[in-house]
Amino acid sequence: MSVFSALLRIALLALLVTFIAAPQVFAPVFEPLTSHGAPAIYNQGSLVALTLSHLWTVFVATLGSIVVAVSLGIFVTRPSGLEFLPLSRTIVNVGQTFPPVAVLAIAVPLVGFGEAPTLIALFLYGLLPIFENTLTGLTQVSPLTLDAARGMGMNARRRLVEIELPLALPVILAGIRLSLVINLSTATIGSTVAAKGLGEVIIAGLQSNNTAFVVQGGLVVAMLAFFIHDAFRLIERRAGRYQSAQASA
Amino acid sequence: MSRAGLSLDRLGGVIAILIAAAIILGPFSIYRANRIASGDARGIMFALPSAFAIGLMVLSMAIALVSAFVRALAARLAAAAFGMIAVFVAMGRSADFLTPAGNSFARVSPAWGFWLLSFAFALLVADALTRLRFGPWERLAALAVAAITLALLLGSGAWNNVSILKEYATRADSFWREARQHIVLALGSLSASVLVGIPLGILCHRIPAIKSAVLQTLNVIQTIPSIALFGMLMAPLAYLAATFPLAATLGIHGIGAAPAFVALFLYSLLPVVANTVVGLDQVSPKVIDAARGMGLSSRQRLQQVEFPLAFPTILTGIRIVLVQNIGLATVAALIGGGGFGTFVFQGAGQTALDLVLLGAIPTVLLAFAGAVILDALVDLAKGARA
Repeated sequence: MSVFSALLRIALLALLVTFIAAPQVFAPVFEPLTSHGAPAIYNQGSLVALTLSHLWTVFVATLGSIVVAVSLGIFVTRPSGLEFLPLSRTIVNVGQTFPPVAVLAIAVPLVGFGEAPTLIALFLYGLLPIFENTLTGLTQVSPLTLDAARGMGMNARRRLVEIELPLALPVILAGIRLSLVINLSTATIGSTVAAKGLGEVIIAGLQSNNTAFVVQGGLVVAMLAFFIHDAFRLIERRAGRYQSAQASA
Repeated sequence: MSRAGLSLDRLGGVIAILIAAAIILGPFSIYRANRIASGDARGIMFALPSAFAIGLMVLSMAIALVSAFVRALAARLAAAAFGMIAVFVAMGRSADFLTPAGNSFARVSPAWGFWLLSFAFALLVADALTRLRFGPWERLAALAVAAITLALLLGSGAWNNVSILKEYATRADSFWREARQHIVLALGSLSASVLVGIPLGILCHRIPAIKSAVLQTLNVIQTIPSIALFGMLMAPLAYLAATFPLAATLGIHGIGAAPAFVALFLYSLLPVVANTVVGLDQVSPKVIDAARGMGLSSRQRLQQVEFPLAFPTILTGIRIVLVQNIGLATVAALIGGGGFGTFVFQGAGQTALDLVLLGAIPTVLLAFAGAVILDALVDLAKGARA
């Protein structure tokens, strides 16, 4: 990463943190987006609290997706689970045609308003990209490598932990990144069913016809997504580099 | 793999357990005195006339056995498809059976036993289809058969007493209006993004200097949450409508379909542009050299060589956009843009599951059909290239 882009990222991050901590400072920037003397900065709650609960919801849901999706991915690529592999691929393909909004809305009548339907929807929707990438990552490990590991006397468990998972790691991480970014965005829709999060800011803006709120909420979520995306790309590259270093050693 | 006629299929075994759980443990339908009253769940024996209930249980157990022990794929597919039709007919019959005569407030909706049974049969169908490795034409034919069966089932009135169709009956007009709106939003923005995205992709391929800037901008747009982007576009479009009367007469307003259309268009650009670039970048330099050697001009090379070779990859991008747009168009309802989301959000607001499903099920079916059709087209395009 060049010095310039690193500086740009640090500056953006500082801007984001300042905005969340002290949004009033930016009132003049958002003033032109309001009309009839409406407030320029969201005033119905603390942005810090909303950001934290937004991130917490996404984090908990995605953590659940990671545990379940990676375990399932490992299971269907073992000899004992191979029979389930073709069908799992089909399920992933079909599952991804489900719009996240639909999953969210179906959960509401079943579990009521609040955090629960959002968590369920994010968890379910997050499963698919992680599962798909775990499958891709684990099935693309070359049979030659596995043979060599077997030849070195590694048992199935050590082959999985020391060879297959590390080799699949960058692809799995890419799946987690995709889930996180989608979930950050979907979690805003959770606010329509009374989950606490940055969606509240956007919806308050839509209800009071105040574009300043909509832009604020949207920008904070977009910047959070941007930084998470960026951080993961960095980790994925590290993981990839570690791999090639291992391969050449 | 043993080719014996009767050996335990482990996946089929799991499906058989699901089927057994659904019919033994699961309530088949829920009876409610009105659309938002709390429900009274009925097992199969109490949800259907006895002869019908016993028939359904025997049939389901038979399919469970086929699933666990029969290896012949055609037989598995036929059994699963038959089971699927039977369980849907049974649901309609259950609604007729449980609804008291002349009572228009009572609602009978599918309970989890029904959903689990349908899911198990759908898994069996999906598994058989996956293992049969159908080609693109066969997949399209299977989709058409499924669509016709569904249309016949709904058209025959067999499901008229089921709660979802009761929600539909009171909203038949608005349902088709929102359906049209949903399709216009999803497909219209897709067409616009193809018209703009492919030339933009070609430009990015030709001029590497702008490539990363364009792709990064589009990447950032994708991370903006949908309701925020919809909301943000309301302001400039409202301004446009207020400033230029022509814009307003063209139907451009701050609230409604216009911001949703523009937002969907913006989201669609990334997959189209990125896949166009990747597709063109993949064309081997040798092929281009050969084309140059044959005296083809730059434009002819693009039209006759590069674009056809990149086409399957571009089509894959269009498939992503189509599925994504059909899903995202539901969010348009939040800003007055219409579409199936209208029912989804209304239903979520009233915690009326039937109304949510009236919006969600058509959306999922549309997205699913779109994915199958585009996947088949991608395979056909690849086949034509080979």
